[in-house]
Amino acid sequence: MTGWTTHEGLAVALPRANVDTDQIIPARFMSASRAEGYGGFLFADLRDGDADFPLDRHPDASVLVAGPNFGSGSSREAAVYALVDAGIRVVVAESFADIFAGNAVNNGLLPAAVRDAAEVLEALGDGTAEASVDLEKGTLTIGGQTHGFDIPDIWRQKLINGWDDIDLTRAHLDDISAYRHRRATDAPWVWAGDGTSSAG
Amino acid sequence: MSRTLVDKLWDAHEVRVDPDGTSLLWVDRHLVHEGSHHAFAKLAERGLEVAEPDLTFGVADHYAPTRGRDAVADPDIAKMLDRLETNTERHGIRLFGLRDPRQGIVHVLGPEQGLTLPGLTINCGDSHTSTHGAFGALAFGIGATQVAHVLATQTIRASRPKAMRIRVDGALGPGVTAKDIALHWIARLGTGGATGHAVEYAGEAVRALSMEGRMTLCNLSIEGGARFGLVAPDETTFDYVKDRPFAPEGDAWDAALSAWADLHTDADARFDREVEIDAADIAPTVTWGTSPEQAAPISATVPDPDTLDAGRARAAREALDYMGLTPGAPLDGIAVDQVFLGSCTNARIEDLRAAAKVLEGRRAKVPGVVSPGSMLIRAQAEREGLDKVFTDAGLEWVAAGCSMCVGMNGDIVEPGKRCASSTNRNFRGRQGRGARTHLMSPVMVAAAAVTGTLTDARPLLEGRDR
Repeated sequence: MTGWTTHEGLAVALPRANVDTDQIIPARFMSASRAEGYGGFLFADLRDGDADFPLDRHPDASVLVAGPNFGSGSSREAAVYALVDAGIRVVVAESFADIFAGNAVNNGLLPAAVRDAAEVLEALGDGTAEASVDLEKGTLTIGGQTHGFDIPDIWRQKLINGWDDIDLTRAHLDDISAYRHRRATDAPWVWAGDGTSSAG
Repeated sequence: MSRTLVDKLWDAHEVRVDPDGTSLLWVDRHLVHEGSHHAFAKLAERGLEVAEPDLTFGVADHYAPTRGRDAVADPDIAKMLDRLETNTERHGIRLFGLRDPRQGIVHVLGPEQGLTLPGLTINCGDSHTSTHGAFGALAFGIGATQVAHVLATQTIRASRPKAMRIRVDGALGPGVTAKDIALHWIARLGTGGATGHAVEYAGEAVRALSMEGRMTLCNLSIEGGARFGLVAPDETTFDYVKDRPFAPEGDAWDAALSAWADLHTDADARFDREVEIDAADIAPTVTWGTSPEQAAPISATVPDPDTLDAGRARAAREALDYMGLTPGAPLDGIAVDQVFLGSCTNARIEDLRAAAKVLEGRRAKVPGVVSPGSMLIRAQAEREGLDKVFTDAGLEWVAAGCSMCVGMNGDIVEPGKRCASSTNRNFRGRQGRGARTHLMSPVMVAAAAVTGTLTDARPLLEGRDR
């Protein structure tokens, strides 16, 4: 994964609350391998019934501004793959579902939680605006207006350095090994039997 | 210092804490399914092995066909099942595959097999992993990159959640279930109402629930935004777990029981948020929209978006348009095209018995599918004659799997068709493109089958032992 610090691109609005992962990528597309690319599946059903869908009007957009609780529902990381493969680098919303936000960061996509996202949505309307994001400063500028966004520092570091969780944890294998030994001593039943006890 | 149950579980599994407060947690159980293929691909890319194959268990469920299993006709589905078989075999992971008599939905099979135990950390690449929290376990769903991380290190990086307690006091009325408790609180707090929180369920009504009911309640926590849902273990829990195939035995059981005695929130522990619900206020509840928060008692009417605040009004208009409903129409009486009884939320033996109680001696007015949560539950239901109740009523009795909950295994609701469903998500297209889903409890699904409409199941239960 390639890290990044700043991004400039076109912002477009999707004024919907609770955009769930089934809307982002319907389940029927999820058997594809990552190499096949997921961009063509993004919002497939919403786009199908809407000739005026924002991302069809503005296919070059890389900053998506949406309603609160974006990414609710399933833990499917394919929802993030679909966004990233369609060229989206930043999603702006008042709030994000927990699992989605973590998945996003693990794939270089910024879930920018902006308190006044509703105002950004209103200002964008049906149009677009130039947007710029600075991860180090924690700022997002859309149409000349600058907003702060909340993001845990470790997520910022992951995005800037292109790290995922495995990269971060590999330095602590000794700690894991020591814990495993303690766990096996304190709770040996964690290592399950062979599934043949009396009710088996 | 006084601690909540979540804090106790968290502290017990913390390998280390980063300077920013992120914890590295040990994972006691890792459950993988067909959708985990991305994670195995990530391992292969990096040349990594599975750290703890003995703590990892594979389950075929999301893509498991519920009919025609001998020769899977759909090449995409066959490919997904083959990938799981290949990946688990390659890494020495025990697989409950399509031909295993114990096969079932991962969140049904885990508890049934005794893989789910109090005090464990449990991860799975599926958001309804919160189900296992019913046992006093720290269980949560994760994405593919995190699945790869658990496979490679047997740990998960996570930030300690805020603590929230939902107390349900008093007794539930007849025909009111754990599903109704969940839909009630989600309608009240919203689908983002518990984001960032671990929810511990407490109170008399929760204590009175069976393990099946507690699993339903914890399962739906994610629909209110929570990543974790938990119930402190008690005698009900221990009785359920004892003698399960993978549960500890003999001295190990005694040692485990002793350790589990402390798995409760201390009396003076503080929660970041407390929610109190009177069980008497909960009625049989159904969803009317395209989000689990868009739910109301069956006695209510379809809401008028003009009476809602601007944010909710827009969502309600879009939902009603998609669902083909008119504001002000009574929910009781809305015609359905079909019913579905199944899923990790409501396909355990108790759920099937409850639905059968409504259906016995009656005919369904609409077609429907009943998919038990596991093949062992299917066999038990057949021993009890429940399958005959369903088939005599005109419903189809099929094999175990995620089935019609998730539109990826061949079981779908056709576009524009309305389904009364015991599942967990009424999102647009969740049960198939253009499908209109109404969530409800198994007894309410059975009542919808018998009447052909959304309706209150309670009159149909009168004179039939609860």
